Amino acid sequence: MAQLIAKDLCVGYEGRAVLRNLNFEISAGDYLCIAGENGSGKSTLMKTILGFIPPVSGTIMTGDGLQRNEIGYLPQQTLIQKDFPASVEEIVLSGRQGNSSSRFFYSREDRQIASKNMERMGVRNLARSCYRLLSGGQQQRVLLARALCAAEKMLLLDEPVAGLDPKVTEEMYALVAGLNREGMTIVMISHDLDMAVHDAKHILYVGKPVFYGSRQEYLKCGLSLKKAGDSV
Amino acid sequence: MTARLLMYLGYPFVRYALIVGVLIALCSSLLGVTLVLRRFSYIGDGLSHVAFGALAIASVMNLTNRMLVILPVTVISAVLLLRTGQNTKVKGDAAIAMISVGALAFGYLLMNLFATSSNLAGDVCTTLFGSTSILTLTSADVWICIAMSIAVLLIFVLFYNKIFAVTFDETFSKAAGVRVERYNLLIAVVIAVIIVLAMNLVGSLLISALIIFPALSAMRLFGNFKSVTVFSAVLSVICALSGMLISILAGTPVGSTIVAVDVLAFVLCSAAGRMRGGVL
Ligand SMILES: Nc1ncnc2c1ncn2[C@@H]1O[C@H](COP(=O)(O)OP(=O)(O)O)[C@@H](O)[C@H]1O
Ligand SMILES: [Mg+2]
Repeated sequence: MAQLIAKDLCVGYEGRAVLRNLNFEISAGDYLCIAGENGSGKSTLMKTILGFIPPVSGTIMTGDGLQRNEIGYLPQQTLIQKDFPASVEEIVLSGRQGNSSSRFFYSREDRQIASKNMERMGVRNLARSCYRLLSGGQQQRVLLARALCAAEKMLLLDEPVAGLDPKVTEEMYALVAGLNREGMTIVMISHDLDMAVHDAKHILYVGKPVFYGSRQEYLKCGLSLKKAGDSV
Repeated sequence: MTARLLMYLGYPFVRYALIVGVLIALCSSLLGVTLVLRRFSYIGDGLSHVAFGALAIASVMNLTNRMLVILPVTVISAVLLLRTGQNTKVKGDAAIAMISVGALAFGYLLMNLFATSSNLAGDVCTTLFGSTSILTLTSADVWICIAMSIAVLLIFVLFYNKIFAVTFDETFSKAAGVRVERYNLLIAVVIAVIIVLAMNLVGSLLISALIIFPALSAMRLFGNFKSVTVFSAVLSVICALSGMLISILAGTPVGSTIVAVDVLAFVLCSAAGRMRGGVL
């Protein structure tokens, strides 16, 4: 059984659909890349998956023992974070919030998990550094470590490479691909399809028309689809 | 000078003023960090004007315990302001400007129409700038203030991690299963309580200064949330204490003296931060 199943899903705000009739399944260990133009509704779909906004119609279900709060999330960066005084360790630890919601303070276990994930993302040596002074790539690693603290099964990433230079972008994709090889299910939004399609196992292209299929299927007919979409 | 200070400290109302001042400074600085970082500084400003309007109503109604009107009105306004701030249709800052200016005008109008004392200008000035009111506290006022301060401190310590998470990244916290709305509500209520308390100390126009200056000063020097929080609390207490002592000895208005010391501290912290070329 799949971890996430969308059936005739329409997503949008206040009953007005932005994206219609989506059908896809994400099983354990999958890597889905969601691509499409700016404003096509990719973030809206992600918010619906996370349960922030209800579907306009259709259903989105979790399965395979996956709970909603077992999904780790890397949101688009906000303005607030640009000058926020916080150390790397404080931020990564805050990923344990949902897991320790009944407790007020972090346990030793929380700290160990945070430390392990900083190690995994290669930011352990920056633990006491100030987040706002890090480079864009380092900041994304920190946020990725935080997301890993929140969930071990599935990661949702909303344009994780926006604003990063090509070299750091490549590193970021390699990092995500590595997590996927370790068994993490990945759902990533990217408007740079050519780069992302490298690692993805499935592609969901939200445009006109909508395309959903495996990487091979996409490579076979994707280009013509994209051209058709452009000319609409 | 020491002798004079000791003489003043012999008076209970001076001691009350110092206790209350320190507690208020401590509480207001704690929430200041969150307020500044979430671009909520203006909410503090708006609420202080609402509190002024509520105070005018309470005076007109001739209540013995004005808190009974001021506190609920300010808390409700805080909740409403937070709601509109999150609403994408109504511009949050416009709503706050409307409410705060409206409350200010309404409050002054009421005080004018139903003036009980002959010195109206003096009364208004006192409520706006808190010139002498801190020295007229009764022991009941002091106990209310102590109780509320302890409640604020307790809430802040217990929910410190949650407040950090919600302040840094509301969306992420929501995804991780934190009841974000609940904590936003909690923060709004606590801010309202602090503003009502602080009105006694510095008057309603100067409250924002008490809330934001220590946080801004600390942010010039430190690069992690815990240090910023602790430093701004310590700094705020030091500034309030020295401000009050100066005002007692020099006979200057309490509120504006404290704020002047806060501004001075901010300038010093900025200079220190620049000289060191970055945060810790
Ligand atoms: N909170 C909101 N309320 C109403 N409409 C919104 C909201 N957020 C985004 N939209 C609209 O939904 C559409 C899709 O937005 P979004 O999902 O952010 O696009 P993408 O992430 O693909 O760039 C856009 O037209 C946008 O204007
Ligand atoms: Mg988006």
